[in-house]
Amino acid sequence: MPSRPTDRDDGRRARTALALCVLTAITVMTLDGAGGDDSPVDPLRAATAEVFGPMQTGAAAVGTPVVELVDLVGEARGLREDNERLAEQNAAMRSELATGEVDRTRLAEYDALTGVAEGTGFDLVPARVVAIGPAQAFARTVTVDAGTADGVHADLTVVDASGLVGRVLRAGRHTATVLLAVDAGSVIGGRLDRSMELGFLRGDGGIGADALLSLDLVDPEAVPAEGDTVVTWGSRGGSPYVAGVPVGEVTRVHASAGDQSVTAGVRPFADMSSLDLVGVVVGPRRTGPRAVLGGGAPYAGDDARWGQR
Amino acid sequence: MSVVRSLAVALLVAVAITVQVGLFAHLSIAGVVPDLALLVVVAAAIVRGPAYGTVLGLFAGLAVDLAPPADGVAGRWALALALAGWLAGQARGDARQSALATLVTVAVSSLAATSVYALSGLVLSEPGVTVARVVEVLPVAVLYDVAVTPLVVPLAMLLLRRLDPTPVRW
Repeated sequence: MPSRPTDRDDGRRARTALALCVLTAITVMTLDGAGGDDSPVDPLRAATAEVFGPMQTGAAAVGTPVVELVDLVGEARGLREDNERLAEQNAAMRSELATGEVDRTRLAEYDALTGVAEGTGFDLVPARVVAIGPAQAFARTVTVDAGTADGVHADLTVVDASGLVGRVLRAGRHTATVLLAVDAGSVIGGRLDRSMELGFLRGDGGIGADALLSLDLVDPEAVPAEGDTVVTWGSRGGSPYVAGVPVGEVTRVHASAGDQSVTAGVRPFADMSSLDLVGVVVGPRRTGPRAVLGGGAPYAGDDARWGQR
Repeated sequence: MSVVRSLAVALLVAVAITVQVGLFAHLSIAGVVPDLALLVVVAAAIVRGPAYGTVLGLFAGLAVDLAPPADGVAGRWALALALAGWLAGQARGDARQSALATLVTVAVSSLAATSVYALSGLVLSEPGVTVARVVEVLPVAVLYDVAVTPLVVPLAMLLLRRLDPTPVRW
């Protein structure tokens, strides 16, 4: 077979295609990498988001019943044939029940998020997570189904009912990409609730429940204690992070003998592996007496308003 | 007709990418999901040859790079999937005849693509890419790709054959 000239031609054609494609890919990488924040690839990225964003939203709407259906089929397989009619009825009722459960959970989530918005005075745009970046991509990002049409834009804080989730990287018309706090590229200013010490929280890029944030305090003398709560320090103008959002709890403190610094492991309150309903903070904290006194100083006294730890 | 064909293939790739980050996110193993875009590229390379597989790999990879929620430098999946398409095309003679050869082709392409993607991340020092994590993710990714191959690749091959009814040169 390899002796036939058509195969040799095919091989040559394929090698040419490979060379051209590798060059194209490297060119794209160079353009995108060198461009930084102002990359020439960004318009293409925005256009792709306009196509794939709505597809992901649609797939999420179809996907939930499909996942439930797969479970139901597995459960019903053992039933005998003369019970078919009953089984069908049963499956239909189970499906109703399962959907009812999802609806109830979602209602509870909306309720909790509404409580957060009312308690803190943040204006939140509710959004649902419709796609999750795979572990093979080594980045912790998700797509949410709210975009510029809903008032969401880049560098806004994203929270859920229990605390900080991350920030908006970029927004399309109807979807936005969110960088989770546990991504290895995420750096968040944090403040310990008891000592008011400031520090920086870095993600470790971990997957699932064992994902931790590491906290480096600005003051090398300060020592965080296990059980301390970390809240966001807050950026100027509340972008990308508003102040006073609970991030997580200090679960590990380890001192490094080498450079005499103390690093703490912080477990995020928000469960990054099962995110569903999140809120994008679009409005500033309600101005109250504190704003007059503090000139926008971080206000960290309202932890009770963040439920579901 | 060729425009319609290209659009149909583009739609197939788009659906694969959407299902991969959407539906399969609920079925992930340690965060790893099957790379359906890779499987479509491999199927195309088996049906249409290495040149077609390489070019489709480039475009499918670019879409993965640019579609939300992807982040980081674009072009890395494009490089990885183009190479996977070329590799799968080399083995098309065997893969057309035996299911086992198809599984091996998928395993090799998946290993190559995931490694190239990870290596490019190390070279560009993208956050989150560490050797330890790559070693953790790589076997799961390859095994998961192989596990869903019987469900995806024959279907994709059938669709691609339907789209191109002209007899293929062996």
